[in-house]
Amino acid sequence: MFEPSESQRLVRDTARNYAQAVLKRIAGDLDRESRFPAAQLAELAELGLMGVNVPEEYGGAAAGAVAHALAMKEIAQGCASTAVTMGVNNMVAETICRFGNEDQKKRYVPEITSGRFVAASFALSEPQSGSDAASLLTSARRDGTDYVLSGSKQWITSGDRAGVLIVWARTEAAADRPARGISAFLVEGGAKGLHAGRHEDKMGLRASSTVPLTLEDVRVPASAMLASPGDGFHIALSALDGGRIGIASQALGIATAALEESIQYAKDRRAFGKPIGDYQAIRFMLADVSTDLAAAQLLVLRGAALKEAGRAFTREASMAKVFTTERANRACDVAVQVHGGYGYISEFAVERHYRDVRVTTIYEGTSEVQRYVIAREVLK
Amino acid sequence: MQIDLTEEQRLLRDTCREFADKELRPHAKKWDHEHRFPAEALKKAFELGLGGVAVSTEWGGAGMDNVAYALAIEEISRGCASTGVTLSVNNSLYCDPVAKYGTAEQKERFLTPYARGEKLGCFGLTEPQAGSDAAEQRTTAVKKGDVYLVNGTKNWITNGPVADGIVLFTMTDLSKGAKGITAFVLETSTPGFLRQKADDKLGICASPSCTIFFENMEVPASQRLGNEGDGFKIAMSTLDGGRIGIGAQAIGIGRAAFEEARDYSKIRKTFDVPISHHQAIQFMLADMATELDAARLLVLRAAWLKDQGVRHTRESSMAKLFASETAHRVADKAVQIHGGMGYSKEMDAERHFRDARITEIYEGTSEIQRVVISNLLFK
Repeated sequence: MFEPSESQRLVRDTARNYAQAVLKRIAGDLDRESRFPAAQLAELAELGLMGVNVPEEYGGAAAGAVAHALAMKEIAQGCASTAVTMGVNNMVAETICRFGNEDQKKRYVPEITSGRFVAASFALSEPQSGSDAASLLTSARRDGTDYVLSGSKQWITSGDRAGVLIVWARTEAAADRPARGISAFLVEGGAKGLHAGRHEDKMGLRASSTVPLTLEDVRVPASAMLASPGDGFHIALSALDGGRIGIASQALGIATAALEESIQYAKDRRAFGKPIGDYQAIRFMLADVSTDLAAAQLLVLRGAALKEAGRAFTREASMAKVFTTERANRACDVAVQVHGGYGYISEFAVERHYRDVRVTTIYEGTSEVQRYVIAREVLK
Repeated sequence: MQIDLTEEQRLLRDTCREFADKELRPHAKKWDHEHRFPAEALKKAFELGLGGVAVSTEWGGAGMDNVAYALAIEEISRGCASTGVTLSVNNSLYCDPVAKYGTAEQKERFLTPYARGEKLGCFGLTEPQAGSDAAEQRTTAVKKGDVYLVNGTKNWITNGPVADGIVLFTMTDLSKGAKGITAFVLETSTPGFLRQKADDKLGICASPSCTIFFENMEVPASQRLGNEGDGFKIAMSTLDGGRIGIGAQAIGIGRAAFEEARDYSKIRKTFDVPISHHQAIQFMLADMATELDAARLLVLRAAWLKDQGVRHTRESSMAKLFASETAHRVADKAVQIHGGMGYSKEMDAERHFRDARITEIYEGTSEIQRVVISNLLFK
């Protein structure tokens, strides 16, 4: 009931080995230098981690949503920046697989899963449209057999690195029901009129690329549309349900790293003649963290298992995300506290974890949006 | 990762839910106010096989697994927390150690009637000076020929005032500390077994507990569970299971509180709209639902591990700690959502708030759970 299967374990262990052997060692440098881990992302693709839940015919591992969640956690335990880039790549590949036609799938998905595209992007947010995604303003104007996209996107992970981007734009200015006029398009990196702005200078996840995008009359053929006109909002929300499990897994990985480092530190660091790990004040903080993370892991796996079974999982994904990301923040805060002054300097990884984990309660749906979703479901 | 319950687990859960709705929920408030032990309702619960859910059919049990057991306790406790703990004690703290450590002869006499629900068991570990530090036992058992002479005091013994049998922990060698503890199983009708008046408690008022004195009580050596000195191990391993029961009880209480708060929020109006339209209320409900789900997953994981026959000390402690503290928080929020009505004995919210509080204390305080978890973390 609660054990991963053989094949899920295999994916998890592959991710774990790579994260511990490679990512963990370089994560501090990547962060300090704000260096995009292009080489490591290519290696992850080789390991089959860029399409964990993507069918084999498009180069995926076809290992399912649970395996994907387990892999995300392991990669994040090594490097949270690498994990979010990987998570977005997987989400884009999955979304194209789910909603794209055969041509679209053949054209883009193998590029992502093989690593020939170092990254892919999910361009939904805009400067004035975050939690309220239906209020987006980017427009897609029909021009003969083409659409012409204009507008601005914000906080686009890998936006300057992506081989392909899913861009949400308005094909109808529906004043009454704003969600219905939104469509999703596949835009290729380097398309004429697509401009990436300066890298955002972020608190954490400094080795992931986050940029604003400007679309200045970006012309795409009508065949670049995902599914049908007006399907965009549904595509976005359904992708985000899955994405939320990915971000929860990322948060869990960061917090697990923080917990393990804290236990080790508490064994080594002495105060008043004995290791600080001998004091209940320290032990109980870490007992709570490990309990929270165990509960979080179960919520994440439940959400992933429901997704894998093709069942409704919106509520469960939101529960997994809000609980895991908030407890992961607390876990990293505790880790800094246990490390004392050393937790506040960048020589120790917990300082990075503390910054990295902070965004997880914000992106792919803030905690407030998750609570909104859960409340709507429980009050039905 | 398999998310669905088995047919059998679902069936028991649904049966218990229906039973709780019909036989427990409508009366729980009254039983609480009158401090009345619901003997009649318990009898019906026993008819459903709730005396020994996870005890094998060979010994009168229902022969189900511990996941089914946890689900049953949750449902029963949602109807009446007092009934929940009465059953949890009989199942986890009484039947379980007798099934695990008893001889065939002992099981015949001390397990079958209890698992069938013809008799009720209790668990005598805690003493006035030995709560969290259970190894500090002062009740002595001195061997005289083929009987042991037992003297001492136990307190907070749940089911004590009404139980027919007890799994009792004593010191057979005070010099050995935890290694000098020995367990027995005996009838409460044994001469020298002296129950005191029922405790007056904050909550779970329909679950009677009391202090018990033992005065030169003679227990035949044939009623010793395991060997001399095995007692502490038996107690700890029993509590690993008991904590699953209390975790499940806590979730049941929390769920009752949550569901009532949710329903109340839809009918109570402020500023022209039902209070469920206010985000302040919505978000409280969202957090309550999320934490209850997390707690249930932890409890079911521990139960599942017990079913696999693997050690689940850490998982049981996590489940109990998290579920009980969640129940407390959820019941507190439920009172808040009910406003003044939450403080009134007319509604159930205040009872849930009182009932939830004990789950952080008995069968190992939250602090003891954290000791257990951190000891394994720092190993």
